[in-house]
Amino acid sequence: MDIVVIHLLNALLYASVLFLIAGGLSLIYGVMRIVNLAHGNLYAFGAYVTAWVVGTQVARLQAGGREPSTFLLLALLPAGAVAAAAVGALLEPTLLRPFYRRAEEYQLLVTFGLLMILDDVIRFVWGPYPLSASVLFENFGSLPIGDAIYPTYNFLVIAVGGLAAVFLWAFIYRTRFGVVLRATSQDMRMSSALGVNVNRVYVQAFTLGCLMAGLGGAIIVPSQSAVLGMGVDALILSFIVVVVGGLGSLEGALLGALIVGFVREAGIAWFPEIELAVLYLIAAVVLLIRPAGLFGRA
Amino acid sequence: MSTVTTTIPLEHRSPLRTLGWALPALVVLVALPWITEQYQTILLAYGLVMGIAALGFNLLLGYTGLLSFGHSAYFGVGAYTVALMVKYLGVSSMELFLAGAIVACVLVTAIFGVACVRYTKIFFGILTMALSQVLWSLAFKFFWVTGGTDGLRVPTPTLLGVVTGKGDKIAFLATSYYYYVLGVFVLCVALMWVIVNSPFGRALQAIRDNEVRAEFVGIQIRQYRWVAFLVSGVFTGLAGALWVPLNGLTTPDIMHWTFSGEIVFMTVLGGFRSFTGPIVGAIVFNYLKTYAIGYTVYWQGLLGLVLVVLVLSLPTGIVGTADRLWARWRAK
Repeated sequence: MDIVVIHLLNALLYASVLFLIAGGLSLIYGVMRIVNLAHGNLYAFGAYVTAWVVGTQVARLQAGGREPSTFLLLALLPAGAVAAAAVGALLEPTLLRPFYRRAEEYQLLVTFGLLMILDDVIRFVWGPYPLSASVLFENFGSLPIGDAIYPTYNFLVIAVGGLAAVFLWAFIYRTRFGVVLRATSQDMRMSSALGVNVNRVYVQAFTLGCLMAGLGGAIIVPSQSAVLGMGVDALILSFIVVVVGGLGSLEGALLGALIVGFVREAGIAWFPEIELAVLYLIAAVVLLIRPAGLFGRA
Repeated sequence: MSTVTTTIPLEHRSPLRTLGWALPALVVLVALPWITEQYQTILLAYGLVMGIAALGFNLLLGYTGLLSFGHSAYFGVGAYTVALMVKYLGVSSMELFLAGAIVACVLVTAIFGVACVRYTKIFFGILTMALSQVLWSLAFKFFWVTGGTDGLRVPTPTLLGVVTGKGDKIAFLATSYYYYVLGVFVLCVALMWVIVNSPFGRALQAIRDNEVRAEFVGIQIRQYRWVAFLVSGVFTGLAGALWVPLNGLTTPDIMHWTFSGEIVFMTVLGGFRSFTGPIVGAIVFNYLKTYAIGYTVYWQGLLGLVLVVLVLSLPTGIVGTADRLWARWRAK
């Protein structure tokens, strides 16, 4: 029984992070009709920045003979999300904007080029070794679940994932900006004619998407380490999420993240050899039955 | 529109003029092993192999208008078929390898194709990517069959039943095997030329340019796309089979979707609107990558930068740009 609860929690943990990444990817596609292949790198970037900021702070405090307080480290956590958002705000107007009028092939290619560049920028800045912020993870200790114990920090990750979903929903369906965003997503020309500054909406949407990816990286890095290649892996998994849920749909991203989270956890427990293959096959089957995904617009 | 002249596909020109280009190029390719070092010849053999892969890939992108992000799968199927034939059947004949790779690729692309050709644009891209990742994860995880990340070793094969690589492997790769690759390459180019200029090839271009109109003319779009998918995958798989003996080892990396990205990259680098573009692109990309790796550990970022600049400033690729410059020079 305890094992089942722990598996469920792990699945939720996984789904939370995946939702943050895939939700950002889906949001960007929904508004701008661009599939950003470099999205996973922004998640990795968030993870690296947070690990780096937390790591340097811990080292600085320990050099002064003090133990870093959990509260301070928690306050530093969003640094990765902010950094990823800043990169996004810089990239959209400079690199992506020239491509909206051109064929999809070019958009995919330019983001593929971006993927290669960002991968090496991370390698250049932080070197080839993993970077960790495990102090934060350890400070939280663990909670007993029946006879087993479970890291307390993971509950925080699950909570952040859930809160992000709620905030995003409120943001998009209950604020003025959300209305503008949805209008632009449905008909860019019409909203432009009605006085919406489409360029600004695009920057904001892209920045928000990158913020989510960065946040995903920032909250997961204390429990795992930031390693090279984490971006590409995350991208592929979030592709499965958005394909299952429907490209451009946030509800779909949430459902897709839960499905992928649970299947992956079940896969690791019962069918580790074909766990990834099963995930890709689910994506392929959903595409065949409902090409637009479970929540997608046809 | 002035850009029209730049995108005239080569097949609209007279075959004689093309031969005027192709023959000197072939002479250079044949003479090369006598002129250059072995290393350069082997490097070019890699380029020719990738040229076959990109040529096959471009039947979908350039002629049918479908962007596949999963061609690594068929390259990998070709490569792994050879490796598994060595491991389980003890085969060493290159001709059997090629035949086996073709059969395996026909099977895989026939099944994948049925699923993929129902979609176009981004969904086609994602579906091909997802399916290729299925194969990648199988190659990655079933290590007792595929060797996992260690991959499978492939010894030098027997060519045409007589030439073996016993002794000096490098010399074998730089001479006999190079000519073998060149021979297959020429056959593939000729075959692809016939395909794209056949009524079938024309129909594909009609589908690419206007799907609805093509359907009204009576072209069965889905069947045509499926056949194009099959042919395209088999060409790429053949390249995979030729690549393994050259590399001596096959690893799951060649199945990963980032390798598909490289195939897309080289095709766009050369220019996907022309017949020769993918070949030129593959050979240039091969040099670019080799020298970038030798030059810096950040070769990937460097290549990414090249790709971004290329897409921003030279969307018609090397061949398209050269054509335009040539046309402008002649107009003077």
